Amino acid sequence: MNRLLPHPGLSVLLVIMWIVMVNDLSFGTLFLGLVVGVSVPLFTAPWWLGRPKVRFALVPAYLGVVLWDIVVANFEVAAIILFKPNHALRPAWLTIPLELRTPEAITVFAGTISLTPGTLSSDISACGKYLLVHALHAPDPPAEVRKIKARYEARLMRIFV
Amino acid sequence: MIGGVPLADALVAALIVLGSVFALIGSWGMVRLPSLMERLHSPTKATTLGLGALLVGSVAYFQLVKGEWTTHELLVSVFLFITAPISANLIAKVHLHRLHLAEPNEPASVAGVPLPPPSGSGWATYEAPHEDTPGDMIGD
Repeated sequence: MNRLLPHPGLSVLLVIMWIVMVNDLSFGTLFLGLVVGVSVPLFTAPWWLGRPKVRFALVPAYLGVVLWDIVVANFEVAAIILFKPNHALRPAWLTIPLELRTPEAITVFAGTISLTPGTLSSDISACGKYLLVHALHAPDPPAEVRKIKARYEARLMRIFV
Repeated sequence: MIGGVPLADALVAALIVLGSVFALIGSWGMVRLPSLMERLHSPTKATTLGLGALLVGSVAYFQLVKGEWTTHELLVSVFLFITAPISANLIAKVHLHRLHLAEPNEPASVAGVPLPPPSGSGWATYEAPHEDTPGDMIGD
């Protein structure tokens, strides 16, 4: 688990990606996939110092929440684009205080915010403790910040330990 | 069969129409929203559900009509989900930078210019990451 497979999660992901890319589940594909899945983490291990532990068991639930939110919020943004006149639109800059500390976790958090429609992560503070987010329609910015933190950051805190 | 059309074809057609409608709404948003930051929401979002529906339609077509499995659509959506936030983030950062430099032809977003973070340091676009922070390359 350590010398030969320095990063088991990445190995599994690479094997799955390889099979999906070749689009065929035969012995040859699986074998080549395993070669890629073992060798890539082995040779890139020096660049993965100090990475956080990931609880993979909690990842599917998180993906489910995010995918569902993407679908729901897409309809909301579509409704805003179609029916809300520009003078009724309340765009706002949100400053989200971060409790996540590792770059991996913050990257996933920022990516989630950008993918869920209506919010777009724009910048991080130089001290790494705040995230700058632009909201398309946020009549009550503090409530929006609380919602994002409770829905995504709390879950990510449990995934990245 | 729905009105003489096989169910599979009807499903694929419905998914393609749904995807195209969302892509169209996203493009319309580009035209009608007031300024750059608001417009940025529109194309990054249309890719998520609009393209998602088109890709599911493609999988359904190959599976139900042609009778073969394809998994490439899955990869397309994974790569899109990874790259869309990054390109949007870069455009937003360039916008922030131009606001900071007070470029005369850079109109601020309707939301105005963002306030500096409450910690006393600036945004990372304006100043180098501090030591012992996630973006700091010295200790890594």
